[in-house]
Amino acid sequence: MSSRPGGSQWSGPVLWAVRVLLACFFAFPIVFMLVSSLKPDDQIFADLSSVAAFLPTGSISLDNYRSVFETVPAGRFLLNSIVLSFLTVVLGVVVNSLAAFALSRLRWRESGLVLSAVIATLAVPFETFALPLLWWVNKLPWLVLQDGVPVWTFGWLDTYRVQIIPFIANAFSIYLYYSAFQSIPKELDEAARVDGASWWRIYRQVVMPLSGPATATVAILTFLPAWNQYLWPLMVVQSEELRPVMVGVSYFFQLNVEWGPMMAYASLITLPVLALFLAFQRAFIGSIASTGVKG
Amino acid sequence: MSVTSRSTMKRVAAATAGVAIAITAAGCGTAKESGGGSSGNELTLWTHNAGNPEELAVVQQIVKDYNASQQKYQVKVQAFPQESYNSSVVAAATSKKLPCLLDTDAPNVPNWAFANYLRPLDLPASLTDKQLKSTLGTYKNKLYAIGYYDAALAIFARKSAITSVGGRVPTIEKPWTAEEFKTTLTKLKAAGKYPIAFDLGTGDSGTEWWSYGYSPFLQSFGGDMINRETFKTAKGALNGPEAIAWGQWLQGLVKGGYSPAKSGPDAFADFVNGKSAMVWSGIWNSGNLSKLGADGVMLPPPDLGKGPKIGGGSWQWAISATCDKPEAALDYLKFSLDKKYLVAMAQKQNVIPATEEAAAALPDWAPGGAKRFFLEESKKFATMRPATPGYPYLTSTFAKATQDIVAGGDVKAILDQAAADIDSNLSSNNYYGF
Repeated sequence: MSSRPGGSQWSGPVLWAVRVLLACFFAFPIVFMLVSSLKPDDQIFADLSSVAAFLPTGSISLDNYRSVFETVPAGRFLLNSIVLSFLTVVLGVVVNSLAAFALSRLRWRESGLVLSAVIATLAVPFETFALPLLWWVNKLPWLVLQDGVPVWTFGWLDTYRVQIIPFIANAFSIYLYYSAFQSIPKELDEAARVDGASWWRIYRQVVMPLSGPATATVAILTFLPAWNQYLWPLMVVQSEELRPVMVGVSYFFQLNVEWGPMMAYASLITLPVLALFLAFQRAFIGSIASTGVKG
Repeated sequence: MSVTSRSTMKRVAAATAGVAIAITAAGCGTAKESGGGSSGNELTLWTHNAGNPEELAVVQQIVKDYNASQQKYQVKVQAFPQESYNSSVVAAATSKKLPCLLDTDAPNVPNWAFANYLRPLDLPASLTDKQLKSTLGTYKNKLYAIGYYDAALAIFARKSAITSVGGRVPTIEKPWTAEEFKTTLTKLKAAGKYPIAFDLGTGDSGTEWWSYGYSPFLQSFGGDMINRETFKTAKGALNGPEAIAWGQWLQGLVKGGYSPAKSGPDAFADFVNGKSAMVWSGIWNSGNLSKLGADGVMLPPPDLGKGPKIGGGSWQWAISATCDKPEAALDYLKFSLDKKYLVAMAQKQNVIPATEEAAAALPDWAPGGAKRFFLEESKKFATMRPATPGYPYLTSTFAKATQDIVAGGDVKAILDQAAADIDSNLSSNNYYGF
């Protein structure tokens, strides 16, 4: 094996060993989850004290997956989470980039103050304003059609919108876009203005196409919390048909915890995220490297 | 920004504001408020049974039968997962969206009654007198909730493990004394066949298990979480000589190597897999005991001085204070307490039927039946958790103190601190009305 110039002949193998060790370290929980999802509860615990915990040995079956669908409407929950996460991401990208564009490109009074206020909200954890937010969404109006006549109703509880709209605007996303937009030379805007482009066109055809890494980062950092929503849906959603996947996890925490079905459910809800990550791995790593975000 | 674009933006802003004002003004006349736990002739019922298809099926059957039995009202079921049920109820109460009918874990009844979530139940004595006392949720002598069943704790053991070391198998009539229990543990440990002599089940980090599971031992020593005569102080009850003796006993089980400081995530599975000779667990695991055949037995807790004790009170049904059709909700409750539903619940679940009448209809629960042990145990040893609105604070403080004791902390200092914390909370909440 050749070694790098300046490095010892052992640095290559040692580096690989460290990499393999780290890969195992991070992969073991997922392997354990997948393998345990195929075993009965008794065997999961019997295997815990040996390497068998990570191997599909013994009494292997898909019974736990069958049990999942008897206990939880997993398909419905998955569909709900896909819809909720997708809409939150798409609307989040549009709204936050527009807000950042206004802060970065349009010259208006107190824009610096507004930016500071937006960034300051990052210091407030969600749990501290969950109850006030609940109070607000319970008062908010919504227009519905009743027999073809538009009628105002008040209270957003037990709807899809209450799980999306409060999470569209995001201070961190605005800041990320703002940083990305600031790095784009303003001369490009001016050239476009000379050619008669409107602000909307500059945003759409100049600034956004140059902010791909920021958009990828915002999309991923919006998607993950949207997919992992747990506390908020518990507070605002009562109908089972509107619940997202994470709430389904608590279905398995009965007095007699069913670990096998729980692992099967965890595998089911992890796989879409894992697939998404693997599909966009390159963009994800590229965006993190370019923006310096380790979120 | 150019003059043209400035004026365009101003126009957009003005138009947006105009639309918003028009919308708000138009909305004023047609605003709708929902609440009251019902809509039209529909009553909403919340239950903690999502994820528990057997119990949920019985609730759904009751609702189906009730809806078919009359035309005036229709009950609609909304099921929540038990793990997060309380958060959902508290959030609904905050937004004044509680349903008319809801179930509640027994120790929460006083708190929810005090917080005006629940209204007293005007049920006839002919109905309530039949019930096990531990299925009635009361606060200040008023009935707020009523259950279809109760649960119970027991020592689950391998009979062969006890007899092989010359131990006596205890019964409800003649439970182990503290000394007998200690001797049995010592012999089991010395025999070495099972790595754990008695698994306390300390792997469960949930607060309520620590109170439900281990406060009965405290009460068996003569201590308690609070002075139940006044409900105004924990001093003496939680840090008196009896409580300190309990703490030292509990800690001794761990320090002596009889029980692990932290059990596995499923202590009962470990017991079935031969890691422990005995495990402290509940009726919900009695079905799994059959895996050991005739060797698997259920034993009462030891008498640690003031008689054996187990926790009492499980899930019970209540009517919300904001329900705008309380008479309909009460009608449903009366309907649901029919013997056949109590029987169905006990058949589908490993639970103690709420009445002797229902127990008699089930061979397993009738005198001499395989599960009768739990009913007798509940009747003789069940101790309700303190019926005070301050219970949520009591239970979290007690759980933390017990965890610290099991972890090896100074027993007296821990209990003194816990008693002081509880007294401070009681005082700052004006003793919750006591």
